[in-house]
Amino acid sequence: MFRFIVRRLLQLIPTLFGLSILLFIWLRRLPGGPETAILGERGTPEMRAAIRRNLGLDEPILIQYGRFVRRMIRLDLGTSISTKREVTTEFLQRFPGTVELTITAMVIAIGIGIPLGYLAARRRGQFLDHASVGGSLIGICIPVFFLAYILKAIFSENLGWFPSSGRQDPTLGATRITNFFVLDGLMTREWDAAADALWHLVLPGMALASIPLAIIVRITRASVLEVLNEDFVRTAEAKGLTENVVRRRHVLRNAMLPVATSIGLLTGGLLSGAVLTETVFAFSGIGAFLADSISQRDYPVLMGFIMIIAVVYVLVNLIVDLSYSLIDPRVRVR
Amino acid sequence: MALLEVDDLSVTFARRGQRTVRAVDGVSFSVDAGDVVGLVGESGCGKSVTSLAIMGLLPKQPGLRVGGKAMFDGTDLLQLDDRSRRDIRGRDIAMIFQDPLSSLNPVVPIGLQVTEVLTRHRGMKGDAAAKEAAELLDRVGIPDPKRRLKEYPHQLSGGMRQRALIAMAVACQPRLLIADEPTTALDVTIQAQILELLKDLVRGSGTALVMITHDLGVVAGMCDTVNVLYGGRVVETARRRPLFREPRHPYTVGLLASVPRLDAGRGERLNPIPGSVRDLLPWPEGCAFAPRCTRRVDACVGEPPDLVLTHDGRSYRCINPAPLPGIVPTTAAASPTAAASSIAAAESADTADGDGPAPVIGAEALDAGTPAGGPVPAPREEEKS
Repeated sequence: MFRFIVRRLLQLIPTLFGLSILLFIWLRRLPGGPETAILGERGTPEMRAAIRRNLGLDEPILIQYGRFVRRMIRLDLGTSISTKREVTTEFLQRFPGTVELTITAMVIAIGIGIPLGYLAARRRGQFLDHASVGGSLIGICIPVFFLAYILKAIFSENLGWFPSSGRQDPTLGATRITNFFVLDGLMTREWDAAADALWHLVLPGMALASIPLAIIVRITRASVLEVLNEDFVRTAEAKGLTENVVRRRHVLRNAMLPVATSIGLLTGGLLSGAVLTETVFAFSGIGAFLADSISQRDYPVLMGFIMIIAVVYVLVNLIVDLSYSLIDPRVRVR
Repeated sequence: MALLEVDDLSVTFARRGQRTVRAVDGVSFSVDAGDVVGLVGESGCGKSVTSLAIMGLLPKQPGLRVGGKAMFDGTDLLQLDDRSRRDIRGRDIAMIFQDPLSSLNPVVPIGLQVTEVLTRHRGMKGDAAAKEAAELLDRVGIPDPKRRLKEYPHQLSGGMRQRALIAMAVACQPRLLIADEPTTALDVTIQAQILELLKDLVRGSGTALVMITHDLGVVAGMCDTVNVLYGGRVVETARRRPLFREPRHPYTVGLLASVPRLDAGRGERLNPIPGSVRDLLPWPEGCAFAPRCTRRVDACVGEPPDLVLTHDGRSYRCINPAPLPGIVPTTAAASPTAAASSIAAAESADTADGDGPAPVIGAEALDAGTPAGGPVPAPREEEKS
């Protein structure tokens, strides 16, 4: 187990190295550059050159890359061109919001998706089955921003149940420790702040959950259908076990492997930011900031954020792989 | 009164746009307490479906219909609701399946798979359940049971897995144990051990055993009473010895003749029954076996043959049965003395070696002039040991 984790973490090094090369080439191939973003159409060639020289962009690309690598080894990701603040600071301020949003969305998606997928499989061919399969198709097809606007219109503007934007009511003056607002509220015992932050997560979480939910319903349903045909389920029934035990211990546990895989991939995807949802709900996560950074050609932010997201993605999938061995003893890792 | 009395059990699968399949078509048999009863027949004759229907384990699907009765100790199993069925399953009636690997949950330790039965039906928990589980594993011959409890099915050998499944089945000392081809997926030496184990468990406890098999060697070694199934119906019922000695139904004759013989001459061909189970006539239109039968007469087609009961408790469903040896082949009752004497001989032989292994049927049966080439199943390993 320990060796498995170490090996996977060591594999991360060449992965990151390769990714940094690809990213570097890809970003520099984009037309325009930070100087265009800063000066717009009117900048003179001299002004552009001055800015490029200032940012060190006039040097040969290999030297620039070498500098980037040397800094990265010291965990220094540089300074944002547009905000002039440390990339790490920007990240630590925004990523917690994305994490909270991802967790909310996945809790909704898993909490509804697995029971619904199980019931659909158990009632195969009946109304609930058709409804959940059809519903999940709609869930995949509806554009997230559209769903986000509808949720906002109904639950926030019309019914007024949930706040329409932001991560927390600023008038509460909540204390910040980790920038995970819910966690901060709990740690400082500012319960109203925690509840308010949680309340702000509901609508964006629901919007963001739609696609993962649809996928989890479908994968769970297919997987449960397969397991229900297995001989050991018949054995469990032959023992006269209660439906509850058969379901939990014998059906769901075996059906969870493919579901766990997809949960890992979906979580990793959500952690890289949800531009549309964040924009609709004015939710400050990394998604909107990343999108801005692309149009600003903010190279250090893009490089830094994407590298960190890659690490997070690998870690999430490492956790999923480790969870396999908890679910299925046959894939014990060495 | 019989412990289990199956009466006119039928199972049909109807699918939209397809012909209705009658998997079991009026099966009747009974099992006395402590008896070992065989259900024998080729694949597809309805053996397994019969047992699953009795257990209420047929996969729920639209178009499935189960008819008839299965009286277990006074209650009709087929009329029970789901809850009462779950109470009976595993406690009063337990079942062992064909493939031990796929019949065990791969992600749950053996121990929990044993203790969950104890918890469900005997209310045992924690250490008490674990201790009892270890004792059960020990009883079915699994060495080092404490360690095995923590292991997973993939860490056990095929024979061990089947032993573990048997331990789960006998955990509540059921009154009826149904074994559905329990040795088919195992190799021959293990087969013998498993059969021996089943015999031991049943003998001591008064548990009745229904042995579902296509293997006549298993029948010869274990069963007191044998029901031969064909096309979803019982075509012949007899005590083991008379059945092997004087099979009456041509299908039984064919089954016995098709068993490979160790003492057959080199180059001698096997005697399969011509055709396959698929060439079957629906029972209402005559004898299902008629298309493959060597003793077919015109009257076989048209209406189903009635069940013929003989005075010695045997029954068969045939209008032109194989003749008893030494008797003019009309009906069994035509020559009572000869029939009686041969049956008496069979019965006395039966009691002579009790319920021990049956080296039976070989030369002795051949001497008696058994019809249709002489039924001599290949001797099985467990009979030598």
